Amino acid sequence: MLKIENLHARVEGKEILKGLSLTVNPGEVHAIMGPNGAGKSTLGNVLAGRDGYEVTAGSVSFDGVDLLALEPEERAAAGVFLAFQYPVEIPGVNNTYFLRAALNTQRKQRGEPELDSMQFLRLVREKLKVMRISDELLHRAVNEGFSGGEKKRNEIFQMAVLEPKLAILDETDSGLDIDALKQVAQGVNAQRSPQRAFLMITHYQRLLDYIEPDFVHVLADGRIVESGDKTLALKLEEQGYAWVAEHGEPAGAKA
Amino acid sequence: MSQPAPSPFVAALLDAPLPASGIGWLDAARRENLEAFAAAGLPDTRVETWKYTALRALAQRRFAAGDAQADARDVDLSAFALPGTDGPELVFVNGAFRADLSRLRDLPAGLSLQPLSLSLRQDAEPLRFALAGRYREAGDAFARLNAALAADGVVLRVAAGARIAQPVRLLFIGAPAEADLAWHARNVVELGEGAELALVEQHASSGEQGHLGTLVGDIVLREGAKLRHAVLQDAAEGGTLVRRNSLHLAARAQAAVHVLELGGALVRHELQAELGGDGSRLDMRGVFALRGRQHVDTQLAIRHQALGTASDSVWRGVADQRARGVFRGAIVVAAGADGSDASLANKNLLLSGQAEIDTKPELEIYADEVKAAHGATVGQLDERSLFYLRSRGIPQVQARSMLTSAFCRSVFDDLPDETLREHLFAMLSRRLPA
Ligand SMILES: Nc1ncnc2c1ncn2[C@@H]1O[C@H](COP(=O)(O)OP(=O)(O)OP(=O)(O)O)[C@@H](O)[C@H]1O
Ligand SMILES: [Mg+2]
Repeated sequence: MLKIENLHARVEGKEILKGLSLTVNPGEVHAIMGPNGAGKSTLGNVLAGRDGYEVTAGSVSFDGVDLLALEPEERAAAGVFLAFQYPVEIPGVNNTYFLRAALNTQRKQRGEPELDSMQFLRLVREKLKVMRISDELLHRAVNEGFSGGEKKRNEIFQMAVLEPKLAILDETDSGLDIDALKQVAQGVNAQRSPQRAFLMITHYQRLLDYIEPDFVHVLADGRIVESGDKTLALKLEEQGYAWVAEHGEPAGAKA
Repeated sequence: MSQPAPSPFVAALLDAPLPASGIGWLDAARRENLEAFAAAGLPDTRVETWKYTALRALAQRRFAAGDAQADARDVDLSAFALPGTDGPELVFVNGAFRADLSRLRDLPAGLSLQPLSLSLRQDAEPLRFALAGRYREAGDAFARLNAALAADGVVLRVAAGARIAQPVRLLFIGAPAEADLAWHARNVVELGEGAELALVEQHASSGEQGHLGTLVGDIVLREGAKLRHAVLQDAAEGGTLVRRNSLHLAARAQAAVHVLELGGALVRHELQAELGGDGSRLDMRGVFALRGRQHVDTQLAIRHQALGTASDSVWRGVADQRARGVFRGAIVVAAGADGSDASLANKNLLLSGQAEIDTKPELEIYADEVKAAHGATVGQLDERSLFYLRSRGIPQVQARSMLTSAFCRSVFDDLPDETLREHLFAMLSRRLPA
């Protein structure tokens, strides 16, 4: 589904991703861990198509198409979703209006019929139940005045409504209280399916207790330097990233 | 001795005969204002209030004096309908009053509304204070021109204590003519003690033309009167429109002004307010959304003259393509206006690298215990917000328009008349890059 090969990317002239390779198949859950500033969010932004991230080498194919050639909105329609580490507040743009516009433009681009407001409302109600978000939040502007945890839950709620093929969750667990963490995990688990894949960026092993990953990768200095199963997360928890540094050859660097 | 030859603009307007009223004081005022206009001509950019609006190109143009065919111009009013307003209205086409298009029958008790020309014929004396003035400032060229040449306009009075339920609409339509012409409207509005009125001033166009319109309005609010004034400016793309509305507020009077500026090639809008009575209050909200090569200049001048007066002004500007916006918000809290509260915020959005907005808040305080806040910014669409919307599948153009519209709309959120608010939003949306 997603094939990243030898990806190099620059931000403001500084090389952040330095030959990153990663393959994700449908149905898989990949956890990406790594020290601050390693390039995890950069990877998410590059995949989602944010301006200012310049790819200098390598390739990303998504369901066989060159993802890097697409505009951000085209990537969304193709099924890529990024839950932001820091969701932005957009005063004046109503949450419900925004989400319906998003869903319908995606559907249109895929050649599916648009949902009218009744159908959309029904869908929203159903998804809200899973996420336990109060529908008062939906009447506000996008993320405006949301608490840190509410913003993160809203990201997962949007994911639930948009039903992407590949969801990249950038530290969606950070800043959540234990109940919210469980709800977010529930939201994600409810979305797991053989057709859908997840890339979960996290600093905490704890999330992986609730969402069991198929693979755990360590991203350090712009590369995947270690890959393993969920026991790798436990090892990291015990020994920290220093252990990886000593551990030898970067796993994805043989480009 | 070496008087420079008058510009084509001035020369063409001087060719026209003055409207003759047969009223001594009025004809004298018209003559003297015209002489002052002829002597000084148009202001140049050395005049502080005209610093960002150059009139060199306008000075080279010639406008015919009024429209002799104005009565016969075919105008479809449904194009300018405001949902929810079917109250009294006065309609002018190319500056001429059109009784056939106006709605003046069965006026509610306490409201008197008629064209200025009629008021002058019936009883001119009460208008003397408003119309006998001479304009003396260097920037007053258009006020002089208007004082000299305006033969018609609106006289609106609300009796003390009367609350007029239905909004009154003043509609000024520019209609295509054989040549570009100049029209002038002079409005006199007075709300008696405790009177209440909602007034909609609308500028529209029934087809492409490049007329010059000038409007001068005096709006007086007696003690405790309340006015809601909405201005919808959607003049012709090639039009030139220069307006000055002066508000005078007596004790405890309240005015709420909402302005939407969309049309015109060259537009100047001066809003002057004098908070002259203790405890009077003024709230102003405005948006200009410009594109092409439009030039729109908004000048707010607010004077706090009495104890415990309050003014709160919020203005937003958007300029796309090669448009140019100018905003000046000048607040003076005069000596003696102690305990007053003055705030002014102006935020602007540039949608293109070639657009320009100049903003200048000015605050002078000569009183004690004054609360004052003012600020102005010029910026671009937030790149992070734009990416957020696009990452959810919303195409770039639509995302930009959502953000731009959100930027403008918040200004009208406090408009209590919901149908009017929705109408303003709809006009705005049609105007913003889609
Ligand atoms: N827009 C930007 N401008 C300048 N530098 C940037 C920008 N975006 C990222 N960087 C830099 O790139 C590096 C990697 O940042 P990134 O956000 O990808 O790290 P991260 O692995 O997500 O870290 P964290 O765990 O703290 O979230 C950092 O040094 C950061 O300062
Ligand atoms: Mg990060």
